[in-house]
Amino acid sequence: MGRFWLGATGVFMAGLLFTGAVDNEFYFFSGYVILQGLIMATAWNILGGFTGYVNFGSAGFFAVGAYISVALHQALALPLPFLILASGMVCGLMGLATGYLTLRLKGIYFAISTLAMAIVLETVITNWEYVGGASGAYILTPKDSLFFASYVELLFMVMLIIAIAAVAFARYLSTSRTGKGLTAIRDDELAAECMGVPTLRLKLVSATAMGVFMGMAGAPFPFFITFVDPLSAFSLFIAVNAIAMPLIGGTKVWYGPVIGALILGLTQEITTVTISSELNLLIVGVVLIGFITLAPGGIVGLVQDFSRKRLRSKAAPSAGGDR
Amino acid sequence: MSAPLLDVRNITKSFGGFVALNDVSIHLAPGERLGLIGPNGSGKTTMINCVSGALFNDGGAIVFEGRDITKLPAYRRARLGIARSFQIPKPFRSMTVIENLLVPLEFAAWTRIDHGRINEEAFDILERIGLADLAHKNCGDLTQIDMRKLELARALAARPNLLISDEAMAGLSSEEVDEVLEILFTLNEGGVAVIMIEHIMRAVMRYSERIVVLDAGRKIAEGPPDDIVHNPDVERAYLGE
Repeated sequence: MGRFWLGATGVFMAGLLFTGAVDNEFYFFSGYVILQGLIMATAWNILGGFTGYVNFGSAGFFAVGAYISVALHQALALPLPFLILASGMVCGLMGLATGYLTLRLKGIYFAISTLAMAIVLETVITNWEYVGGASGAYILTPKDSLFFASYVELLFMVMLIIAIAAVAFARYLSTSRTGKGLTAIRDDELAAECMGVPTLRLKLVSATAMGVFMGMAGAPFPFFITFVDPLSAFSLFIAVNAIAMPLIGGTKVWYGPVIGALILGLTQEITTVTISSELNLLIVGVVLIGFITLAPGGIVGLVQDFSRKRLRSKAAPSAGGDR
Repeated sequence: MSAPLLDVRNITKSFGGFVALNDVSIHLAPGERLGLIGPNGSGKTTMINCVSGALFNDGGAIVFEGRDITKLPAYRRARLGIARSFQIPKPFRSMTVIENLLVPLEFAAWTRIDHGRINEEAFDILERIGLADLAHKNCGDLTQIDMRKLELARALAARPNLLISDEAMAGLSSEEVDEVLEILFTLNEGGVAVIMIEHIMRAVMRYSERIVVLDAGRKIAEGPPDDIVHNPDVERAYLGE
């Protein structure tokens, strides 16, 4: 308990120091993108990793979060924290509702239904004239950036706070009684139900949490890119990253998506600068295929396998020596 | 006769046009040992799926401890004290042996146990079943017999009044069968009623106080083991005309 929060505070303070010490805005743009991936990866993993319901449409909630933010900004000019909370609430409710409709499906059928849901969401947004429809909407960056040097620094810190909240929640969930129930569902849903686990209720909790953090990750997005249209909000790149990061890091533990997001996110940002931004999606694809075929447990799984083998090779000779 | 623990009244279950259970009634007294036998496809597993809530019956009613549970989802029935093991073991594969037991302790039995003692409780059960040495083993590494024992241990951790054992001995050697039988006898002495589904006749005849025979979704015979062995209908169901 103590160590996690100490680390989280440390990360937050480091973020603050970073905004104070560094002037080049590029780092904050990069940092924002990585943190966005981290939040989405953590959100995806609550349903896809902990519970075992692989979801191809969850990035749709990210887009909805972004558009809730656009709509409320236009209608009421609410400040950013309210937009984030509102997006989180709306997307959480949507997660609950779509979960109720789709979570009775299993495996590939569930995955396909989530893909269909993302397409429905995109169609709805594309035809929602108030937020710009297919042609998109411009958002003027607010002038006031509190005590930060620029608005992107403020957005970076906002994302850092959401990321810490998302990771803290995922960690709490995975160590709680609910988390044990989710693991049981992932391992064998029928056995879990027969052992007293209220499977439908826990799956809905999981889908709601996924929706909340996806929505929150999307809410600041329009202010970040200043022009949002369905193509950018429903971008394949964002959607694929949200799934690739947990798979690369490891889906069974809360820190898996964090590791995956940092590694994949950093690699992408570095290649954008050094090689080309077009190469990014290719990198995700190749790395993802590599991990799925060679290390389905992700980096965390690799490390666990490795340490288990070392333990065994250490234990084996001494056990033989005793006899 | 004392009030039945379980009273299955005229239940029917069809899958499309196939009638898996046709107007079957079964009752069970507290602490009783009932054998449920029948040829393959006779409806035994469908019956216990309906009792445990994995499936819902189309017609009829299921009453447990005087309460109509026909419409209750499986997890609620588990909390009331109905536990089952699975024909094909269904361990929680990402967990260790002892963690497998913590799931029913923290869910099915949660309102009936001392929360501070669940680890000791899980360990006690493993000790009784003979899995204590394997407590921290990954359950993917277990042998067939240990996997079967884990099924029983996990069902036991749900603190049941009724345990349904679905072919807990299939594929085991003769000594292993005796070992599992011993476990089930001890369990029953602790007051748990048991429904045993089994193809190994030696085991089911020795264990059961009463046997119900299903064939093609109907109950064709019921009585003490000795009567069942000599029942012409049962012979016909198993061996044909």
